[in-house]
Amino acid sequence: MIEVKDLSKSYGNFVAVQNISFKAESGQILGFLGPNGAGKTTTMRIITGYMPASSGTVVIDGLDIFTNSLEARRRIGYLPEIPPLYSDMRIEAYLRFVAKLRNVKRAAVESAVDHVMEVCGLSSMAGRICGQLSKGYRQRVGVAQALIHDPPVLVLDEPTIGLDPRQIHEIRELIRSLAGKRTIVLSTHILPEVSQICDRVVIINDGRLVLEEQLSEIPAGTSLEEVFLQAIAKETNETTLSAEETLEEVGAGHSN
Amino acid sequence: MRNTLVIAGKELQGYFVQPVAYVVLTVFLLLAGWFFFALLRQFDEMVQLIQMMGQTQQLQNMNLNTRVIDPLLHDLSIVLVIVMPALTMRVFAEEKRTGTYELLLTAPVRTGEIVAGKFIAAACFTLIMIALAWIFPLILMVFGNPEVGVMFAGYLALALLAVTFVAVGLFSSSLTQNQIIAAISSFGLLILLFVISWPAEAGGGRAWALLKYLSLPDHFSTMVRGVIDTSDIVFFLSVTIVALFMTQRSVESARWR
Repeated sequence: MIEVKDLSKSYGNFVAVQNISFKAESGQILGFLGPNGAGKTTTMRIITGYMPASSGTVVIDGLDIFTNSLEARRRIGYLPEIPPLYSDMRIEAYLRFVAKLRNVKRAAVESAVDHVMEVCGLSSMAGRICGQLSKGYRQRVGVAQALIHDPPVLVLDEPTIGLDPRQIHEIRELIRSLAGKRTIVLSTHILPEVSQICDRVVIINDGRLVLEEQLSEIPAGTSLEEVFLQAIAKETNETTLSAEETLEEVGAGHSN
Repeated sequence: MRNTLVIAGKELQGYFVQPVAYVVLTVFLLLAGWFFFALLRQFDEMVQLIQMMGQTQQLQNMNLNTRVIDPLLHDLSIVLVIVMPALTMRVFAEEKRTGTYELLLTAPVRTGEIVAGKFIAAACFTLIMIALAWIFPLILMVFGNPEVGVMFAGYLALALLAVTFVAVGLFSSSLTQNQIIAAISSFGLLILLFVISWPAEAGGGRAWALLKYLSLPDHFSTMVRGVIDTSDIVFFLSVTIVALFMTQRSVESARWR
């Protein structure tokens, strides 16, 4: 469903992503892991067609995101790192706008808006202004706009960041319930999140792919933390320190 | 086409919930009213003076079009230079800053449609603003006897000028995520359109003649005098189209960098 091949991206002299390849099959939830600044957001922006790759290809459902961009973009729902809300619009009006922008048929717009508001628990908030929402609700509206055209591919950039424990739980439940017919790529640096909801994990560090594996193939008794740290430590010894920092962060994430 | 209208509709609604748009509208109309009042008072004074001196012959030369509407429209063209950058500065810059740009550019929409939608909305708002300033000709028509055709040509010139300013403003806004930078650069470009012919005033060859052709005030004045010449309309439309084309390129450039 999603095929990323030899993807590289550099900004001037800075190489953000280097020769990354991975695949996500239809119906899979793929966890995209890496320390902060590893290139997760860059990769997701390329997958969704927001920016071009310096080299390499991304194919969505058989369509190249660069050469067949409009058709490929039609199949993707995308939640960027910062939920893309217009602060002076009401939730309902905003979702209606995104629905039309995503080419939902005129007659189906209202039902699509009602449906995603229901799924994301926003029904009672329809008239609230986006700019006045709490972080958790902004995130929910962000997920709602990604779902509105019922896309076969969902790309979620850190969907649970900045949420309180109950909201994290709710969003995770939501993502799990969305799987099945959809392919979902979600980025995170919270390891338990991956073991809880993903089928497959891709770990990148410093712009390079260090691991791509089915979660079921990870030997029993080995925790994802160990796999993650080993994978990153193998990369270079110097990065061990930052990996330890990541572990602390992971611990914090875990206690949530 | 549907995408363009979707974006235009959303943007236009946006103007009516934003304080900036109302401030621009208010400043424009208040200043217009002040200029109108001042010009009309001067006109009145002069008519009384001429009557006192008993030179009724001279009264034939007192003309509401040339003494009130013509200078009013010139004043308003300057007001537009100042307020239009404020109206258009946020159009792209704010989307880049808040991250909604990512929503627009990952939607199955062409960049041309995005630019067209935003242009249509801003142009509509501006035309509403100028239509409201038609109150001054109306007042003159109730109490005096101005030539309606000439006033119409003048307002058409003002509308074309404002739409051109919108296109230039969109281009500036598409270059940056900082609204102040967008406003100041479009302000600079608009001023340049007014003074571009200055080095050519001394005369010279064909290259200088081109600069003269690009001079906005010449085209504007001709129309305000009531002469609707195709070449003047072509001038405003070409500047608009060039600016919109450059905006589209600038938005599209995110895809090749």
